[in-house]
Amino acid sequence: MHSISEALSLALALVFSADPDLFEIVGLSLYVSLSATLLACVLGLPLGALLATTRFRGRGAALVVVNALMGLPPVVVGLFVYLYLSRSGPLGFLGLLYTPTAMIIAQTLLITPIVAALSRQVLESLDGEYAEQFQSLALSRWQRVQALVWDGRYALLTVALAGFGRAVAEVGAVIIVGGNIDHLTRVMTTAIALETSKGELALALALGIVLMTLALAVNAMVYSVRTTATKAAYA
Amino acid sequence: MRDTSMLDVSSTDVATPTGLSAIGLQFDASKAALIRGLTLHLPDSGIHCLIGPNGAGKSLTLRLLHGLLPPKAGQVFWRGVALSASDRVAQAMVFQKPVLLRRSVEANVDFVLKSRRTKDPDFRDSLLNRVGLAGRNKQPARLLSGGEQQRLALARALAIRPRVLFLDEPTASLDPNSARVIEDILCEERHHGTLCVLVTHDVGQARRLADSVAFVADGTIAEHSPADQFFRAPTSAQARDYLSDHLVL
Ligand SMILES: Nc1ncnc2c1ncn2[C@@H]1O[C@H](COP(=O)(O)OP(=O)(O)O)[C@@H](O)[C@H]1O
Ligand SMILES: [Mg+2]
Repeated sequence: MHSISEALSLALALVFSADPDLFEIVGLSLYVSLSATLLACVLGLPLGALLATTRFRGRGAALVVVNALMGLPPVVVGLFVYLYLSRSGPLGFLGLLYTPTAMIIAQTLLITPIVAALSRQVLESLDGEYAEQFQSLALSRWQRVQALVWDGRYALLTVALAGFGRAVAEVGAVIIVGGNIDHLTRVMTTAIALETSKGELALALALGIVLMTLALAVNAMVYSVRTTATKAAYA
Repeated sequence: MRDTSMLDVSSTDVATPTGLSAIGLQFDASKAALIRGLTLHLPDSGIHCLIGPNGAGKSLTLRLLHGLLPPKAGQVFWRGVALSASDRVAQAMVFQKPVLLRRSVEANVDFVLKSRRTKDPDFRDSLLNRVGLAGRNKQPARLLSGGEQQRLALARALAIRPRVLFLDEPTASLDPNSARVIEDILCEERHHGTLCVLVTHDVGQARRLADSVAFVADGTIAEHSPADQFFRAPTSAQARDYLSDHLVL
């Protein structure tokens, strides 16, 4: 068992020596979570736009459901995806369990409600401001939605970054459907869990440092996007 | 020059075949009757002012005329036919508080042109020039001063080449220069045959611009007269009181 300071210096050595194992794990994490973020935007943004700009029966209930899904426990999502993808499950024939694709699916399910709910808020408050002007201009529904998405672009970018932040830091879902297989489905969070339980604190800490740095970088990006937008009064 | 035959409030419950008419408009909100049987006939062109005290229903009337709000009863007619979606496409409104897109000055005008499936940078630049914003194309619209924002909102309204232009106190709280630019443009538009319906607080502005004045009080039209007559000898007690309050100043 290392002491904390020993582990820390080994961890920093791993980070700064660009350890290939470490890089592989970080690379897979980014691949899985960025793919999930992209898919969640493709699915969640139109859903958010629909909820923001239409009034239909049961809309209130739909909003409650989407907002509740924002707080989905990752292990439950993992379990759900596992049931579908396991060999006896309805999608078992695809052979996706314990692959990066399974992890992308799980994270997409996890963060799509976040993207949908937050973009709904962004677009609805913008619509509240623009609605009468757009009505006066006799815009079509599609023209309205396009304009709202474009004018909400900075806020929507921060929504996507929030989704990415949640995906990359999540461990419960990917460990169930990915299995934490070395060189195949091992990502930062699952590796940290495993290495810590084995007492291999150096790699765990090294990954922890990278993950924290990533979180800081994402937040710095959110901040700079916001300031850029605010300066031009585009936020 | 000023056609007074259209302006007789009492005469009719059918729409005049020309111009914009509202007949028997009613509008409620949370059980309060805000617009109460409002009838108004405006000719095909010219500048026509709605004046009246705060909360009288001027803004609501403008929204009803433009079709932004559905009346509870009554109807709006354009040239004797119930206002249709295609009539509305040829109408524009300048709101009291301009709502500008989070884009550049020129993109705000281009947006409207594009919504009408046109793209015409020369026309856009000529509009910006008309409202005194030439060369400001690339600036973020929402960083303009209040007066500049309102002038941009007017340029954007003019971009659709409106047949009817509604303006809700467009010069309230603007600098004198911006107010003059807007008044000058309204006069030009009158010259081009546009119908301008202007809500204003400013009796002086109504005197300078109006062909006719409709006095709104308590959700209805108390009086609608040709401007010279309205200012010389208003027939309604409400308008007389209002004018004596506002002219003494
Ligand atoms: N959506 C609404 N709901 C309730 N009351 C309203 C609404 N819109 C306007 N009112 C009320 O109707 C009256 C007339 O409003 P408005 O037309 O804005 O007056 P103004 O003549 O000052 O433009 C005001 O008393 C206002 O408070
Ligand atoms: Mg008003």
